[in-house]
Amino acid sequence: MSAPTLSTGKATRPRHGQPRTARPDSAREEFVRALRRNLSAHGFLIGAVLCFSFFSWYPMVREFILAFQKNENGRTTWAGWSNLSRVVNDPAFWQAWRNTLLFTGLALLLGFAVPFVVAVVLNEFRHGQGYLRLLVYLPVMLPPVASVLLFKYFYDPGYGLFNRILEVFHLPAQQWLQSTDTAMLSVVIAATWMNMGGATLIYLAALQSIPGELYEAAELDGAGLLRKVWHVTVPQTRLILSLLLLMQIIATMQVFTEPFLLTNGAGPEGSTTTVVYLIYQYAFNFNNYGSAAALGLVLLVVLAGFSAVYVRLSRTSED
Amino acid sequence: MASNTFVSRRRAPARRTAERRAAAPERQRTLISPAQLARPRGRAVYWTVFALVTVLFTVAFLGPLYWMVTGGLKTTQEAVQSPPTLFPTSVHTENYSRAWTVMDLSRLLFNTLYYAFGALACQLLFDVTAAYSLSRLRPVFGKAILGMMLATLMIPATVLVVPQYLTVLDMPIVQRNLIDSPWVIWLPSVTNAFNIFLLKRFFDSIPRELLDAAAIDGASPLRTLRSVVLPISRPILGVVSIFAVVGVWKDFLWPMLTLPDPGGQTLNVGIYSLANGVPENVLIAALTIASVPTLIVFLVFQRNIMSGLTAGGLKG
Repeated sequence: MSAPTLSTGKATRPRHGQPRTARPDSAREEFVRALRRNLSAHGFLIGAVLCFSFFSWYPMVREFILAFQKNENGRTTWAGWSNLSRVVNDPAFWQAWRNTLLFTGLALLLGFAVPFVVAVVLNEFRHGQGYLRLLVYLPVMLPPVASVLLFKYFYDPGYGLFNRILEVFHLPAQQWLQSTDTAMLSVVIAATWMNMGGATLIYLAALQSIPGELYEAAELDGAGLLRKVWHVTVPQTRLILSLLLLMQIIATMQVFTEPFLLTNGAGPEGSTTTVVYLIYQYAFNFNNYGSAAALGLVLLVVLAGFSAVYVRLSRTSED
Repeated sequence: MASNTFVSRRRAPARRTAERRAAAPERQRTLISPAQLARPRGRAVYWTVFALVTVLFTVAFLGPLYWMVTGGLKTTQEAVQSPPTLFPTSVHTENYSRAWTVMDLSRLLFNTLYYAFGALACQLLFDVTAAYSLSRLRPVFGKAILGMMLATLMIPATVLVVPQYLTVLDMPIVQRNLIDSPWVIWLPSVTNAFNIFLLKRFFDSIPRELLDAAAIDGASPLRTLRSVVLPISRPILGVVSIFAVVGVWKDFLWPMLTLPDPGGQTLNVGIYSLANGVPENVLIAALTIASVPTLIVFLVFQRNIMSGLTAGGLKG
């Protein structure tokens, strides 16, 4: 009798070949049953829905409201577009965007291309794949503070390991995190080391689904190693490649922890100030939530473009 | 979303056979042809590249960890001497005990575990029931609720930090300040739409007949969830649990903002805030201690973690 609990709301269909009886109270019974079913279903949902309301949906709305409000002498008033125009006219705004784009560009160069090459090479190995996979993914599991402070120790121009390695190879010593030229690159190297494992493993899984016949066919056509990579491997993994590219763009444009821990956020002459760090500064150093929310809105709009492409791409992958 | 379920269900066994084939002597054909590898020159190139990559990877990924463990064994002078030494000239294990007491690592470790497993419990309780309801009980507005949950994946998490922080300062309706309370970590962790999506996709794939049979036997939805759905969902629950614990373990910005009390800080935040006050060798020892639990978890659960990563690889 309780079978309709599991059906999709079309509980009116008679079951077990029973004729549709015209009992007077059947409509009411039906209604009560649907009500009970919905009550229990919503009972299961309520915890998550409350959490989402408080910690996701309401803050989302609040973000928009905050961006157009200002707080003066304890009184909150509407500010119109003034928050946005103040944020955009802040010289730090353009510097933060330049730095963020530099980080994203460098991080993609290292964090997108390197894992792909690594995955292609690893996939050829007949031995030790498990060990190598384990190694690549190891840093992903470390607490970020451990990896970041360790790299900070390596980057020290005086006693750091990296300058010692350069010295062994007769290369000039670097100032790493303390110079405007190399600070961002140093952050990117550390971030890549910490995070490349995930992308590598996803590529490896994608590579293993390429049918071997395609390579055989390419060989019959006389394709060399690089042409096989370019004409078989890349097209076969194109979807995963583009999805991961978008995911990494979205993730790297929100970078915060690595520069915050490595260079205290700003870095030499603000050379590692990222957009999210600027939001952090507005909100938690200057208590200017309006500007923080306005800048957040700008970031949201920029990233929404990438998210939309991502959603569209992953939809096509489902068809 | 429904078609996605189908694709993933179809693809999963294929991936497994690919793995099995990789383990077997005759593995799936890849970029380099077996004939080419069988030739003496091919074999020489293969082993050279293999040796190079193995050495390079070991140095690149285990090297820093070696430096961390041994750095914690050096004296303060040796830890900051130039040029650095590859082996500690004398072994000072007391750095580790000093790090343990000076930075109060036992408390930080306990706090982090407390937050991580509390978050895990909340996620298992609320996300599993929500996914079950959306997948199987299908209440009115269920689709809309799921859509709104998935929409949160589109909002960059860092943008929400400021309004979220203001919200927990003074929770609407209940008028509570959650700062420095464990709930400030536990409850927001439930809003993990990706986990709900993974769970729902798995529940969708459970054969209908199984649940109908339970219903005909008179099982309530709760009973069906407990006795039928959960036992067969163990793999996905494992994946979700690992993500939940690792997520809290690795988080930095949110616990830094919401747990300012030094007595309630997480490992990440606690070590960061004390980093400038201790000598370099003690700090390195502390980093080693902080890394050990995650490394153990990783080595024990590596298979689940890696399969979970590729199952939910395309996050978003």
